[in-house]
Amino acid sequence: MSWETVMGLEVHLQLATQSKIFSGSATAFGAAPNEQADAVDLGMPGMLPVLNEEAVRYAVKFGLGIGARIGERSVFDRKNYFYPDLPKGYQVSQFFAPIVCEGVFEVPLEDGSLFPVRITRAHLEEDAGKSVHDAFSRETGIDLNRAGTPLLEIVTEPDFRSAEQAVAYLKALHSLVTYLGISDGNMAEGSMRCDINISLREKGSDALGTRTEIKNVNSFRFVERAIHSEYERQADILDSGGSITQETRLYDAEQNVTRSMRSKEVANDYRYFPEPDLLPIVIDAEYIEAVRATLPELPGAKRARFTADYGLNDYDAALLVPNHALADYFEAVVTARGAAKPAANWILGDLTAALNRNEIDITSSPISAAQLAGLIARIEDGTLSSKLAKQVFDGLWAGEGDADQIIEARGLKQVSDSGALESMVEAVIADNPDQVAQYLAADETKQKKLSGFFVGQIMKASKGQANPQMINELLLKKLNDQS
Amino acid sequence: MSVSPQDVEKVALLARLAISESDLPEVTERFGRVLGLVDELNTIDTETVVPMSNPHDMHQRLRPDIVTGQNDRENLMASAPAQEQGYFLVPKVID
Repeated sequence: MSWETVMGLEVHLQLATQSKIFSGSATAFGAAPNEQADAVDLGMPGMLPVLNEEAVRYAVKFGLGIGARIGERSVFDRKNYFYPDLPKGYQVSQFFAPIVCEGVFEVPLEDGSLFPVRITRAHLEEDAGKSVHDAFSRETGIDLNRAGTPLLEIVTEPDFRSAEQAVAYLKALHSLVTYLGISDGNMAEGSMRCDINISLREKGSDALGTRTEIKNVNSFRFVERAIHSEYERQADILDSGGSITQETRLYDAEQNVTRSMRSKEVANDYRYFPEPDLLPIVIDAEYIEAVRATLPELPGAKRARFTADYGLNDYDAALLVPNHALADYFEAVVTARGAAKPAANWILGDLTAALNRNEIDITSSPISAAQLAGLIARIEDGTLSSKLAKQVFDGLWAGEGDADQIIEARGLKQVSDSGALESMVEAVIADNPDQVAQYLAADETKQKKLSGFFVGQIMKASKGQANPQMINELLLKKLNDQS
Repeated sequence: MSVSPQDVEKVALLARLAISESDLPEVTERFGRVLGLVDELNTIDTETVVPMSNPHDMHQRLRPDIVTGQNDRENLMASAPAQEQGYFLVPKVID
């Protein structure tokens, strides 16, 4: 049987506020256990929540960023379940009236096309604490530092048919929220966690199959692998005539399998009701327009501008834009009069490779945008061959100054003086009579191959500094003169 | 609306309430009476009434995003039955 995968995604996005959603505790990552949890976060009797204005603003920013409708009157609800890291016995969330309503998010795919993902809703909620299972032999440790951290849960319609689409969506979402500045997007620290609702159906069918939910996947790669592994599992069951049990599963990255989370099954009945301790959030048009005025240029607009204004192709634009700092760096190089296409090539090629090798972020690049622009200018004006440019790049990386200083200090100027080059060419021809004879006897295709030998000799004699285009022209002329 | 003893057991489990076998019939009967009242409310036509999420005719006041909390762990943990290395300890949770 041929199966089609149908998926919807839920992303829990940690909002980059300083304090928690309902209390004044800090949200910083990495504090000692329970040092950032106050009486509100601990659910002490009589404590009342007070909503953080920044969390509301960030949620509205997100909604405007995807062109969604903003709920003019949204309401908090209690989601009831018992778990030791949820002190109140309920999570304050939004069920009936979310702050962000339906919208469409356009996701760029690798082929340059746009894939529209329907966003069902996005709502504000508080995070739970953290359970530590392996540090104690007979007990579970509870750290409530994370309890009350503001989250935006972003829910899509079941629009995904492949792991590639799902990952493209998550990457685009990651890019959008970091552009908006509403989340640090640090997946390793849990700032963006993904639940995958996945079911299979016969190809061509419109009906939805029974789905499972894979919870809390926290890297793009794991999302892709979890989807493939769950597809295999469900297809095996269906192929052998079985049926899928609707359940929550966890992805085990080490074994590359998903496992049932039996403990959560019985609790899957949250009995939502309106949170009596919080009043409705009312958002008027004036507020929305004020937030809209603060929106930066978003990735979609920037991609379009990079291709239109700088003549970049979709591929380069798609690689430069998602990382805001990288896009800024590119623009700084171009502004410092570096040509756009070579700038993109250098940034995405040698610079990215060197940064990755040394695990350095673009914001701490040892080569400034102005320095890279200086290097590119010397290639464009013919001072440097591409080979010499690599040496200058190494010099820039090593902090030897700017491009002109390195060219001077290392003596890397490309030799473009036709008189000097001519004598080099003549010398090589005179020193290699056998090769010259071979060349003259060969047909055209073979000649092309054989001329490489002479170019190599000349480059060697000039220590790589001869202008290769000029060498080629001179060489062909001189060789043909021999006949 | 009729309520079965199984319904009551499920709700009790979700609410982590222990209801003994001997109390179950009486609790089931009382549950049924409460839901009877709800059934009666359900007969009222609310088509034109906006749902009320809060009895106060006000909307939410917001606070600025400023960290005001200070580390008060020792104090807050003082009443915890068990703690170690800054963690609250609970019976082992196995997932």
